[in-house]
Amino acid sequence: MARLIRMDGSGHTTLAEWSSADDRAFAEAVERFGSQLELGYIGTVPDGPGKATHVRELPREADLVIMRRPIAGG
Amino acid sequence: MSVGQALPELATVPWRARTDARWLRRWQRLWHAWTLLYTIPFLAAGIGMILLAPIAAPVALVAAAHAWIIPELYAARGATVARPKGPRGEHAESVAQGLLGDLLGHDERELQRRTGLALERGELGVWLVGEAGALLFVPGGRYVHCFCVQGTDDDLPPSDRIAHLLLALRVDEEGFATVANHAFAGAPWRVRRRLPKPMRPALDEARRAAR
Repeated sequence: MARLIRMDGSGHTTLAEWSSADDRAFAEAVERFGSQLELGYIGTVPDGPGKATHVRELPREADLVIMRRPIAGG
Repeated sequence: MSVGQALPELATVPWRARTDARWLRRWQRLWHAWTLLYTIPFLAAGIGMILLAPIAAPVALVAAAHAWIIPELYAARGATVARPKGPRGEHAESVAQGLLGDLLGHDERELQRRTGLALERGELGVWLVGEAGALLFVPGGRYVHCFCVQGTDDDLPPSDRIAHLLLALRVDEEGFATVANHAFAGAPWRVRRRLPKPMRPALDEARRAAR
């Protein structure tokens, strides 16, 4: 089961879960992903050790998509 | 799906040159020269005063103290980026720790739990990622660069703050260093002695990994 999560004040919140065969669950996940982008979150897919990819559309085949806030120099 | 490996936050700092290995070498040299420039005159003045008028020894000591204190203040500024910051959020932290642990390998996870710093190997060198900044040990381990950078959500628990930086670093290492504010460059021992003792093993490990 793939997951869309958001890092927030609670640690993290699971926003959606889908499987490759479940079109309806994936469509809901896409909608939630889009609403998080509108709030200023950034989609990132961890690709294993040392690698991650920035995504603007929810990748159906990903196991985990993490929404994070932008970073800035302190 | 992918939009390439450029960090989206780079759009907020369009005037900055991309921080690559050449940029880092140039800043190492500048910081080295700058340290000599504000140390040697104070030392020379102190020695000169003692040679010309031994009665001026107290003033010479003050000059020598300046030569010591000013570099220490710069190193302290560098070390500050790695120190724990913000609310600890005990309950949320246990949840966040699980996610961060999933992003790290076994050894890195253990090191992060002991020291609060996540070790990450990159193309520019070996990184130690903290809650509000990162240290970069360039290949050879003789220099460390300190970067001040953090997530823009103040309510995040400590491990989520580290995970934010770690994910951004993994997307685009040079972009990450470009977005971050460069706070210090110098010998690792100068930063190490300014950090809390529990964090120091992470610096030792990163330096070993960078050699």
